[in-house]
Amino acid sequence: MDLAIEVSGLRKTYDKTHALRGVDLSVRTGSVLGVLGPNGAGKTTAVRVMATLLEPDGGTAKVAGFDVVKQPREVRRRIGLAGQNAAVDELLTGRENLVLLGKLLHLGRDGARGRAKELLERFDLVAAGDRPVGTYSGGMRRRLDLASCLVGHPQVLFLDEPTTGLDPASRQALWNTVRGLVDDGVTVLLTTQYLEEADYLADQIVVIAAGRVIADGTPDELKRKVGQEWLEVAVALPDRTPDALSVLGPLAVDTPTVDAEKGLVKLQLRDGMDGIAAAAVALRDAGVDVADFSLRRPTLDDVFFNLVGHPTDQ
Amino acid sequence: MTTLDVPTAQTPLAPVTEVLAIAGRRLRRLRRNPGRLVGITLNPLITMIALGYLFSNAIEIPGSTNYIEFIFAGVVMQVGLASIGPTAIAVALDVQGGLVDRFRSLPISRSAVLIGHTIADLAISLIGLAVVTAFGLLFGWRSHTGFLPTLAGFALVAVFIFTVLWVGVLLGMASRNLETIESVGGLVAVVFSFMSTGFLSVEKLPGWIQPIAQWNPVSSVIAACRELWGNPVADSGGFPAENPSTVILVSLGTLFVVTSYLSVRRYRNA
Repeated sequence: MDLAIEVSGLRKTYDKTHALRGVDLSVRTGSVLGVLGPNGAGKTTAVRVMATLLEPDGGTAKVAGFDVVKQPREVRRRIGLAGQNAAVDELLTGRENLVLLGKLLHLGRDGARGRAKELLERFDLVAAGDRPVGTYSGGMRRRLDLASCLVGHPQVLFLDEPTTGLDPASRQALWNTVRGLVDDGVTVLLTTQYLEEADYLADQIVVIAAGRVIADGTPDELKRKVGQEWLEVAVALPDRTPDALSVLGPLAVDTPTVDAEKGLVKLQLRDGMDGIAAAAVALRDAGVDVADFSLRRPTLDDVFFNLVGHPTDQ
Repeated sequence: MTTLDVPTAQTPLAPVTEVLAIAGRRLRRLRRNPGRLVGITLNPLITMIALGYLFSNAIEIPGSTNYIEFIFAGVVMQVGLASIGPTAIAVALDVQGGLVDRFRSLPISRSAVLIGHTIADLAISLIGLAVVTAFGLLFGWRSHTGFLPTLAGFALVAVFIFTVLWVGVLLGMASRNLETIESVGGLVAVVFSFMSTGFLSVEKLPGWIQPIAQWNPVSSVIAACRELWGNPVADSGGFPAENPSTVILVSLGTLFVVTSYLSVRRYRNA
């Protein structure tokens, strides 16, 4: 298997905090790895090590075939990095930002200008290209930031929480762009706090907590580990909760969980769509008025709670 | 699938291109935000006007009646000293905003970014120096030597500015707190410029400040400039006054080596 990123036993300690306590990762060339984890889990530290910004205290990391400690320059020639802040110069125009990077990458004056033009077109920034970045919206800034990473045609792209703070439309646009890059053969490692984002973009996911990988797999595998979707019924009059429970009980895999005060019943249904229909009919036949009837999926919170062993809501 | 061509390998002139690209960025920023130039020009101008114009009759310099010629060398030092704070803040903002991370993730020379910064800032300071000199001429400052010694004096000022800019770079790399930087930068500018022989002769200063002023490297640069421009020299006595070139060479040389080394080291590990 052709690996674009190979990380094993990565350790990093700041003062007395263990940011990374032996992280292993591997990413196939041309695929997307989503790194999930709560704040302070070590996601950014891991990215900084892989992007040659930080030397690890232990373990090895190879990116695009080169060791990040022994051959950082070779790694740098093949990567693009978009950190948590959009690392663009506010006083320069979008075009000037891109031309600057082109010059730094020795594309020459004309080469840098040509590349800037291409990228502005690709990222839908032509109209804003000659305005100072300070006037850009959050979404435009992110697009420019991503464009900035691509000036040198990287083989491996590190995106550290690329959509944090973006509105849904900008987020979707950025996702499409990342998809497009992957279609072009770029390998992407992205960190995120949104399961939805990892679900949409990632071929593989690792979950990091407290500096360790606590789970990995495809999005589907991970979701299965955490649990199936469940039905959540809110009874209009909480004192009818026992009635709802008695008719829903037979349809559930396990005993449903109940919050009598709020009139909430949660259960995992035995058989998909039929189960939903049966539950709805049973409630109507029992004459129980329902305020909310919905199918819920595990959230990232559930993933974390489930994986680190704390009791979940469910 | 597009071709994934890898940026070309290092050539001997590559760092020059990188330094120029970074310097170009700083100069473009100046066009949109000329605050830096205004600050480093106004600071010395105000000193020159306050001291040279308002107080010129109140302050006596032994062996000379021309106070503006006496203080001019001290005034131009302030162009350099006033640049420390703004340079530090610019560097700190680049670190905070993630630009330094981006530059560090590129296959470019480790020192190109900081050298590019200081070269651009030097160019900006030289514009400030030209404005201050023009006002100096207006207020009556003259050089009484030839073209070459006069030029040598300004070259020395330029070397001084370039050296202290590295103090600003180090300050910006070392502290992320903009308020700290601002106050430290201001303090350095005031202490080094007024605890020198720039505006008073040594014997007019309070006793405990006299040795500080004598050994302040800024005093040595001022003394050398006065010599090169044929301006009144107030003999401050002691080793530094007798050997200004040695003091300048050793102090600026050490300062440059230490600050640039520490700055680049911090940049690598930022």
